Amino acid sequence: MAAKRAERLVNLVIALLSTRQFVTAARIRSTVPGYEADDGTARADEAFKRMFERDKAELREMGVPLETGRTSVFDTEDGYRIARADYELPEIHLTGEEAAAVGLAVRLWESAQLAGAAQSALVKLKAAGVEVDTSRAIPIQPRLDRGEAAFEPCYAAARDRRRLQFDYRRPDEDAAVRRDVQPWGVVAWHGRWYLVGFDLDRQAPRVFRLSRVTGTPRAVGPAGAFEPPADLDLPAVVAGQVGGTEHLVVVRARPGTAIGVRRHATSLGPADDGDDRLELRTTEPWALADQLAAHGADVVVEAPTEMRDAVIARLTRLAAMGGTA
Amino acid sequence: MTATGTTDRMTRLLALVPYLAARPDGVEVAEAARDFGVTERQLRGDLELLWMCGLPGYGPGDLIDVAFEGDRVRVTFSAGMVRPLRLTTDEAVSLVVALRTLLELPGLVERDAVSRALAKVSAAAGAAGRVTPVAVSMDARAETLAVVRDALERRRALYLHYYVPTRDERTERTVDPMQLLFVDGSWYLEAWCRRAEGVRLFRLDRVDEVAVLDEPAAPPPQATGRSVDDGVYRPGPEAPAVRLRLARRARWVADYYPVEDVVPVDDPPGGLAVTVRTADLAWARRLVATLGGHAVVDEPAEIGAQVAAEARAALARYGVRAGGDG
Repeated sequence: MAAKRAERLVNLVIALLSTRQFVTAARIRSTVPGYEADDGTARADEAFKRMFERDKAELREMGVPLETGRTSVFDTEDGYRIARADYELPEIHLTGEEAAAVGLAVRLWESAQLAGAAQSALVKLKAAGVEVDTSRAIPIQPRLDRGEAAFEPCYAAARDRRRLQFDYRRPDEDAAVRRDVQPWGVVAWHGRWYLVGFDLDRQAPRVFRLSRVTGTPRAVGPAGAFEPPADLDLPAVVAGQVGGTEHLVVVRARPGTAIGVRRHATSLGPADDGDDRLELRTTEPWALADQLAAHGADVVVEAPTEMRDAVIARLTRLAAMGGTA
Repeated sequence: MTATGTTDRMTRLLALVPYLAARPDGVEVAEAARDFGVTERQLRGDLELLWMCGLPGYGPGDLIDVAFEGDRVRVTFSAGMVRPLRLTTDEAVSLVVALRTLLELPGLVERDAVSRALAKVSAAAGAAGRVTPVAVSMDARAETLAVVRDALERRRALYLHYYVPTRDERTERTVDPMQLLFVDGSWYLEAWCRRAEGVRLFRLDRVDEVAVLDEPAAPPPQATGRSVDDGVYRPGPEAPAVRLRLARRARWVADYYPVEDVVPVDDPPGGLAVTVRTADLAWARRLVATLGGHAVVDEPAEIGAQVAAEARAALARYGVRAGGDG
């Protein structure tokens, strides 16, 4: 940025912070250095207007609470001011340990959007007098939002409450399908990122895996277009749709085998034939059926019947695969 | 919001005077530059610019005044710029969500300190901190993570009971910890494995028992950490090729593992032919068995035959006779 523009913007902020009155654009033009002077020509007026509009947009983009209004009923046009109480970061004091937590927290982000925001938040905290030591070596490579191209547009649309359209391809579908969603938020749940929102075509809440979004999601329409449910618990929505209810499964395993099954099982003691009876709990029964089938003859499902049938169906397909070769 | 150069510099300029005002004894220019993440030269440029700014009137008593004393700098007149600007929504979200995440990651920082920091930052963020369209929910193995972290901090060797899924066995080993990694939703310990005499990644949810040993961690000089930017699963190019045809239900394999020579096929309908490289054919066998018939092995043929034979033996235990077997 041109140093001149930065200088003008800083002066504008200081000028508007230093007054309780609303200051008109004309007055700003004549006091704050760097604006096109009023020489009575329409060209100069036009240049000033453009410059001032750009400056206001820039300040608002940065989060400067620029107010418009009139100081008295006799004022003929709107003026501008910045209320100090709205501008200033409230007092914040952190102990060394608390500051260390903040220093560590900001390093959990990798996407440009949140990593950049975390850095500028840190700068503000330091400017508020907080000493944050970010040099402390931590034996961790945090990769919270690593490599999710759809993260930023989904996050931004949820933040601004704008409708979002994107192409979504489930692995069992041949082609991506266009989805039209009111995005409520993005959630990392057990290491995978999901978009939670209200699907406008299906008229129901839906959960989407970000890695299955193809292309770049597009926000459409105005900001503030909808209101997420007041009692929204993002991880709970994902857990409800991804996790589902818990199922109890009882299996028999040959002694000393199926270590992977035993790691998550409760032992029910030995069966008549010397096998170990094990109880398993799962919220993803089909994934468990895949695992149990892969253990082959070492594991036999006792109950429930659905699980037994599911494993037999898998084994039957697997047995057919090799033919009689 | 785009983090343009303009916004970045403006954020810095508006924060710099309050930063100095909060340190009345002054601060080393080098330290200030570090705190703002810029070079000393850039920081001096910012200070020179601020010198030209101040209160309307812009006379000598109105302009921001900065004093250099040796390599230190302090502000002598702040023109009313005493506090930094409030946090934006993105800034508040980045801190609040990351601190909430730390609360779920035991053993990194003292938990009470994290929750106090979270309360203070949320309060200071005000309305911006209440909008959190991001949530992070982790499956942290609390105890294992805390023990591993302790060993890393104190540079001690670790004794592990580690489950190896491809061989379905529990192994015991002594390792020299190098670093903790969080990749694709799982925690990994990168360590020198004394048994394998090489650097290995241990997924923490496969660690069944762990103990910190009294002896120091001493990874040999040739033990170097590797980049996990392309994921943790990286077979060498010379590893044997396994050629699979994935049915629709199994196509996720192509998203999950690095695959080559991806070709759509009609048999099975809507299928995908892929090549997976692995030095460990037991892993490939287990993968195919886990896919429950939704993947067909074209090469090497013996994998398919082995999986099918195991399935027939399993069906016999259920009293089911597999069709097609002679």
